Amino acid sequence: MIRTAEIYGINGPVVYIKGSTDFKMAEMVYVGKERLVGEVIELERDRTTIQVFEETTGLKPGETVTATGDAISVTLAPGILNNIFDGIERPLEEIAKESGAFISRGTKVSSLDTEKLWETHMTVKPGDTVSGGTIICQVQETAAIVHKCMVPPDVKGTVLSVAPDGNYTIQDPIVKVQLMDGSERELTMMQKWPIRIPRPARKRYACTKPLVTGQRILDTLFPIAKGGTAAVPGGFGTGKTMTQHQIAKWSDADIIIYIGCGERGNEMTQVLEDFSKLIDPKSGNPLMDRTTLIANTSNMPVAAREASIYTGVTLAEYYRDMGYDVAIMADSTSRWAEALRELSGRLEEMPAEEGFPAYLASRLSAFYERAGMMLNLNGTEGSVSIIGAVSPQGGDFSEPVTQNTKRFVRCFWGLDKSLAYARHFPAIHWLTSYSEYLTDLAPWYKDYVSRDFVDCRNQLMAILNQESALMEIVKLIGSDVLPDDQKLVLEIAKVIRLGFLQQNAFHPDDTCVPMEKQLKMMQVILYLNTKARTLVTMNMPISVLKEENIFEKVIAMKYDIPNDKPELFDDYMKEIDAFYERVLEKNA
Amino acid sequence: MSIQYLGLSEINGPLIALEGVQDASYEEIVEITIDGKREELGRIVECYADKAVIQVFGSTDNMSLRNTHTKLTGHPMEIALSPDILGRTFNGIGEPIDGLGEIVSDIHRNVNGQPMNPVEREYPRNYIRTGFSAIDGLTTLIRGQKLPIFSGNGLPHDQLAAQLVKQASLGEDSGEEFAVVFAAMGVKHDVADFFQRTFEESGVSEHVTMFLNLANDPVVERLITPKVALTAAEYLAFECNMHILVVLTDMTSFAEAMREVSSSKGEIPSRKGYPGYLYSELATIYERAGIIRGKEGSVTQIPILTMPNDDITHPIPDLTGYITEGQVVLDRVLHGQNIYPPISVLPSLSRLMKDGIGEGFTREDHQDLANQLFSAYAKVGDARALASVIGEDELSPIDKKYLVFGRAFEEKFVGQGRNENRTIIETLDMGWELLGLLPREELDRIDTKILDKYYRPQEGKEA
Repeated sequence: MIRTAEIYGINGPVVYIKGSTDFKMAEMVYVGKERLVGEVIELERDRTTIQVFEETTGLKPGETVTATGDAISVTLAPGILNNIFDGIERPLEEIAKESGAFISRGTKVSSLDTEKLWETHMTVKPGDTVSGGTIICQVQETAAIVHKCMVPPDVKGTVLSVAPDGNYTIQDPIVKVQLMDGSERELTMMQKWPIRIPRPARKRYACTKPLVTGQRILDTLFPIAKGGTAAVPGGFGTGKTMTQHQIAKWSDADIIIYIGCGERGNEMTQVLEDFSKLIDPKSGNPLMDRTTLIANTSNMPVAAREASIYTGVTLAEYYRDMGYDVAIMADSTSRWAEALRELSGRLEEMPAEEGFPAYLASRLSAFYERAGMMLNLNGTEGSVSIIGAVSPQGGDFSEPVTQNTKRFVRCFWGLDKSLAYARHFPAIHWLTSYSEYLTDLAPWYKDYVSRDFVDCRNQLMAILNQESALMEIVKLIGSDVLPDDQKLVLEIAKVIRLGFLQQNAFHPDDTCVPMEKQLKMMQVILYLNTKARTLVTMNMPISVLKEENIFEKVIAMKYDIPNDKPELFDDYMKEIDAFYERVLEKNA
Repeated sequence: MSIQYLGLSEINGPLIALEGVQDASYEEIVEITIDGKREELGRIVECYADKAVIQVFGSTDNMSLRNTHTKLTGHPMEIALSPDILGRTFNGIGEPIDGLGEIVSDIHRNVNGQPMNPVEREYPRNYIRTGFSAIDGLTTLIRGQKLPIFSGNGLPHDQLAAQLVKQASLGEDSGEEFAVVFAAMGVKHDVADFFQRTFEESGVSEHVTMFLNLANDPVVERLITPKVALTAAEYLAFECNMHILVVLTDMTSFAEAMREVSSSKGEIPSRKGYPGYLYSELATIYERAGIIRGKEGSVTQIPILTMPNDDITHPIPDLTGYITEGQVVLDRVLHGQNIYPPISVLPSLSRLMKDGIGEGFTREDHQDLANQLFSAYAKVGDARALASVIGEDELSPIDKKYLVFGRAFEEKFVGQGRNENRTIIETLDMGWELLGLLPREELDRIDTKILDKYYRPQEGKEA
């Protein structure tokens, strides 16, 4: 049945139809002569409201709106990785081939390449019982990742026939299944899934494994678990995007989905260029081989920006179902919230705080709850971790998006303007940030890194907290009047800040640091603290201690010790001993 | 002959409503004749089967519900383009006001533009020498970047922008392919004159296209001015292969105009009365900077905005900062100390700088030096705060050194003459000279090798 209606009114990205229609909520529609993609967002007896994912300039009342019968959905099949899409999964490279350097409207491109032949290896045989999630075939999607095609979640039955191993497109029927009700169904490599509905899983696990990022302040002080959620809030210029890039580059996830939601075009170009060149240290392949970009830059239509977050998380869930650990970078969720606000304003809804719609909190929670470490329908285990950047207005964390996000994430990496001004990067502030995963992950650190790890980490935090209390006094009366043991706290805290927390993303070694080195660095700093403290209790003044250059030396160890030579740390321990002896000797 | 509609059904500030229209399309341009004499342009901003809401670019004074004839043009806002627009002056909606006649051309472009496809962009890497140490050294401008100047009323942002245009155009890459597109939105006559005069005096006016919407010109016209200017810039850059520097001043007036129109449309306001789509609207302007793969030209944007009450968290500078690739912030205290240009170094930033400097672009030590200057100057702030509590005499010797460094940095590095055009090497060497005021162990942001090569302590001089 073809259901059509005529446009009655147009207001920005919102289009109205007068009179009753047969359209369904959240159904995808084609709008106007150019067949722009839209979605039904409100149904009333005498009015239907549609949001259009493309520019509406030139649209006229009276043009036709055609319903498609499906909800807005994404196409899931090999070809997603090493690709860049817009907010509703249209490949930007194909759009460029069709419309040139600028994105024009109503471009007809299919989401994935339907012509390409994939070398397929079948993993089921006739007679097998299959149900939602069963892996029917495998394809080497990129050099790094094997794509496992699955039975769609709503299909259950017995395999009647299977095509032989060979080259197939994503639309070729490869498996025939007899369903429970006796009917037959052909399966291809491709399936569709509506973006606003989470893909089903069998069970949710507790998050007990960290997402190792190679960033010291994250891995050591505020770790995120695989399947966890984190928010990175910060004013402009504090390094949200940089933090997201670093995690996307160096984290130990199998797949990265990078959503550029309402951000800068040049940033997406940079990710595309960098990730094609950079080599993943784990697999030896270009980083793009495990990455998908979803780019809806700030000047692209606002309704597609709203959808881009859901498109991204649906792709992530699909790879999770294959048993992969997926990490989503959403940069920035504030732009998505603003898209909600803009559309809500066009619909003349009653605003809540600062013009945001009242459903902001429920939408945010629904998004972040799609993260998790799951037991999939097919028995594999996979995870989706979500790291969302938040761009608070005026850098003020009390605004609605930051506050509501804080309620639903368990990791909070607060970026700080004054650190960024002093070019202390990453500008994550150790006093405002927190991670609720630390206790869940403690057993992992104990088993896989060291028994001491969590203890060292807590000592580091204690020193930083002491420093902050002392700085209150220093601001009033200067540091000269402090007793020597408190001066030592300031000196050690400085070593921690400059030598450990500060990390140079452009330095070949320092950009990503293995856990073992992170541990050794902490141990050296704490050993220096212990030895220096013994000297201070023997009434050696700080000025004498500082005559030796051991503090500077420890600060520079992040550059001086290559990542693959942790044994060099023993020399530092010896040097600290020597420093101790020398000071004793000179001042005996 | 197209249909003309007689009369209107409603007039409300810059908005008029027309009933019984046929075949109107969203964002279409209409021509309105009042009393058979005066002509105005308008744009359809809401469109229903039998009614259109039109935003009038000119004034709605003297319009009545009966004395108008309205004609639909059948297309969105367009301007005629040809290489001849260089050296010309237009009003805010692209009509010539210099008395040299219409632009005759077959090329008409929709001013709304289209989003640039991220896969077709080229990541900007070539730096533009501006001759200012504070910009070249610390917030380097890159070709294809959008780098706004955040200023306040009474600060010399216009002088800075004019000198920047002059010096950037006289750089080593000057020549035929360089041009300036200047868009003024709601600026004072004096300001427009100042720019015009400076361009003439420095001999670049042949390469300048000006779009002027002055403070007493219609407010709604301002909404279209930057789009017209950027359409011209895109044409010159990507079809005539030129490097275009676009100066947009003052973005605050543009946002104010949006608020005015939005409130007369009865829209739900978000922050401080600005419409919810302020971010998207600003983005459609700023994102039109860039370089396209395989094309010679580039569009670099220098928008100027005055922060209301010098408040950087006000929605206009705040949203701008989230879109643009950095910002140059001017500071009233420095201005009060007679330091020109009064660039507040710490909150200023260039996001594209890291990929456009260093070996092969400027000099190997550039990044480390910049980081160290930032970090050292941040410490100057701490030392000054302490000095204001306990007095300068009570400071530790190292804090005193920072105070000396801070003063020298502001006077010599940030401050410079109104015609002084420094080379990048002069800028970097001056940075090292200043760092020489500090003891070597304080320089914790610089690679040891670079420190060995460039660092020269100036122990004797400081006293």
